[in-house]
Amino acid sequence: MLLQHAAGAVQAAAHPLSGTAARYMWLLPLLPLLGFVLNGLLSLLPAFHAGPTDPQLAHGDGHAPVAHDTNAGGAHGDDHHPVARHRYAGLATLIGPGVLLASFALALAIFAAMLGAGGSGMHAPYVQRYFSWMPVGDLQIDAAFQLDQLSMVMILIITGVGSMIHLFSIGYMREDPGYPRFFAYLNLFVFFMLVLVLGANYPVLFVGWEGVGTCSYLLIGFWFSEKANADAGKKAFIVNRIGDFGFLIGMFLLFASVGSLDFVRVAELAPGQLVFGGAVVTAICLFFFLGCAGKSAQIPLYVWLPDAMAGPTPVSALIHAATMVTAGIYLIARSNVLFSMAPVASLTVVVIGAVTAIFAASIGLKQWDIKKVLAYSTVSQLGYMFVGVGSGAYVAGVFHLMTHAFFKALLFLGAGSVIHAMHAAYHHTGSHDDAQDMRNMGGMRAYMPVTWILMWGATLAIAGVPPFSGFFSKDEILGTLFMRAGHSTLADASWLGIPGSAVLYICYALGLAAALMTAVYMTRMMLYTFHGPNRTGDEERKHLHEAPWIMTGPLVVLGLFAVFGGWFNLPELIPIGPVGALEHWLEPVVGAGTLRTTLGTTPEATHSTEYALIGVAVLIALVGIGLAIARLKPERLVPKAQSPEEHGFEKVLVDKYYVDELYDDVIVQPVVRGSRGLLWRGVDVGLIDGLTRLIVQGKDDDAAPGRVPMGGLAARSVGWLGSQLQSGRLGTYAWVLVVGVLFVLGAFTFR
Amino acid sequence: MLSESLFFSALLFTIGVIGVLTRRNAIIVFMCVELMLNAVNLSFVAFAQVYGAAGQVFVFFVMTVAAAEAAVGLAIIIALFRHRQTVNLSNINILKG
Repeated sequence: MLLQHAAGAVQAAAHPLSGTAARYMWLLPLLPLLGFVLNGLLSLLPAFHAGPTDPQLAHGDGHAPVAHDTNAGGAHGDDHHPVARHRYAGLATLIGPGVLLASFALALAIFAAMLGAGGSGMHAPYVQRYFSWMPVGDLQIDAAFQLDQLSMVMILIITGVGSMIHLFSIGYMREDPGYPRFFAYLNLFVFFMLVLVLGANYPVLFVGWEGVGTCSYLLIGFWFSEKANADAGKKAFIVNRIGDFGFLIGMFLLFASVGSLDFVRVAELAPGQLVFGGAVVTAICLFFFLGCAGKSAQIPLYVWLPDAMAGPTPVSALIHAATMVTAGIYLIARSNVLFSMAPVASLTVVVIGAVTAIFAASIGLKQWDIKKVLAYSTVSQLGYMFVGVGSGAYVAGVFHLMTHAFFKALLFLGAGSVIHAMHAAYHHTGSHDDAQDMRNMGGMRAYMPVTWILMWGATLAIAGVPPFSGFFSKDEILGTLFMRAGHSTLADASWLGIPGSAVLYICYALGLAAALMTAVYMTRMMLYTFHGPNRTGDEERKHLHEAPWIMTGPLVVLGLFAVFGGWFNLPELIPIGPVGALEHWLEPVVGAGTLRTTLGTTPEATHSTEYALIGVAVLIALVGIGLAIARLKPERLVPKAQSPEEHGFEKVLVDKYYVDELYDDVIVQPVVRGSRGLLWRGVDVGLIDGLTRLIVQGKDDDAAPGRVPMGGLAARSVGWLGSQLQSGRLGTYAWVLVVGVLFVLGAFTFR
Repeated sequence: MLSESLFFSALLFTIGVIGVLTRRNAIIVFMCVELMLNAVNLSFVAFAQVYGAAGQVFVFFVMTVAAAEAAVGLAIIIALFRHRQTVNLSNINILKG
């Protein structure tokens, strides 16, 4: 490794980053990998076989396992018995978050080195080649990492937010018997995520892409002894396969048409070798977007993300909100050269993003499970990000990715701390109520003031109230989309026969509507969870308490970023700090793509238009919050067990538009029936077994004893011939030998 | 000189092969195998006249191995005779599946 690294450093000798802390960038993913190995070993030690299925721990008094509805109920798995803390939990605590904090520190050092080397003025990425991975003819793929402004932003988010979530997990998973296993998976996830953003070509990115998918699967099914959790993991994995298929095809097409898969080479060659708006580049981008739709949970492949909430809450925060699901946005921003050459594909991205945003937001309006609300909110916000990167506003998309990582991680961790408290309370009284249902919460403000204040901050951020971070990023996406509708390659193209300009205006309207819904459902969640009377239960109420400092500490840090994260990229109109910092920073990576989308000019909107756009966005956020406060009365809620059924459209929303049922009927059941009826009963039992019986066994298994079945004749005659070769007489064998030797000699002599 | 030696060697070898193939007595078959080995030795020696001493060295190896083989082979035949009261190969056909 060191030798190869040295070779890489020599290659890139001319780069301004060589010789700085950036030369240790291979350590960034390696540290979490080390953590994974150590924690994994800890979890494998014999003493640690106390997994969730351990008979001594689980339900010793013989009552049936408790079926919590979503059974993601926090640190205690599903049992109400005192659980012995893992013997080496202390060691795992040191290793798990430790390696990540070290990685974060290194990331900061590299960031400082980049700032020192000119920051946004650094035009070529810093590439380290380690070894040749796939040298096959023209296909030369190196195991190589590349550091540029975009991957730096992603690394800081992953290691920074990741560190906070690791610290939070110390408290949240404290009493789980699988404690070291949890940190092992979490560390492995961070490793793959860093490989994803550091990879210098598509295949290395794909390794990370698949790796994070595996970790997602492992962590969704972390409490695998409940079938629902294991099923949710499988669903996520299988749905993502569809997307990965698209990604692979996209890669094949890209290699076939451009001849390279290195990011640097593709950026150099693509504008010359691909036709602008041509079928090939459009196909590549659409296939890539299929991969993104799987990983980043967009229509039609979003169905796995709400189910992924079966995993522990820190997992939902890290993987299914802050980092992994944003890989799709990263991929498009990384491929901005290609997407900016394919306006039709970009329009598709915008449309899917906008429709997903409003679709998921509407489902979020009527969910009762606090984590489900946040899950649909995540799907919806990812839709916004796709609107951003699709419309060529790559900076806006990445900016929203960043602020979303802050406030959504905060929201999930806050929800985790609420669930933690609820669970502890139910644990004390042995109640089996649903610890995640908001109908069982209410009035938590009195018990968890810190969580309450921080979550309001995050709620205002996601709703888009100034000056919280979400306002700036969402406003930038919607504002840029409005500009693009007037002047861009997208507006000039047409999508399914509709002029691109009209499509973009419609998407803008959808985005505004989704923003309204976002404000409503987030306020609803806050009202039902923290305000009004408490519905947890009289006994349980006494045990509700604020989370320990190891959980609230990370919340405070994330809270600061959720509130002030907007300062990373202030719009020109609101110069209360450095204007457009992120935009300048990312300019070398996405600048060319953005310019191509905007037809080579930077459109200057009149200030009055911009003020109007901002005004509309703020108005909508405030209207949404006001509407929710005016219409929703937490006092009228009753606990889940006594709640009436919903009717009409409300029920449709509660049941998520029946999309899961539709997929089940249209895809899953036909596949299952086809496999059973045709492949199993028809091909396997009918054809293969039938033929076998005919040849080997005779017509049926229970032929009368002693009777030679007719069908066995072929097998028997072949067997008889073979047995004659083995007479046991040495003379015969010698004859065969001599004849063989003569034959070979003759063949050599007379050839 | 060489061709005569080789002709003689081939003749001996063929006699050996035919003996192995046709005779039923294990001891005679065994002797025929020895005949084949010595036929090869003869050609080694003949070639050694032309190509140097390596052939002669080989002959020593072959004689050593043949001696060992004779010891083991005769022991097997004696064990066989004790077991089956015969050394006729027609009656010994247990070498089959």
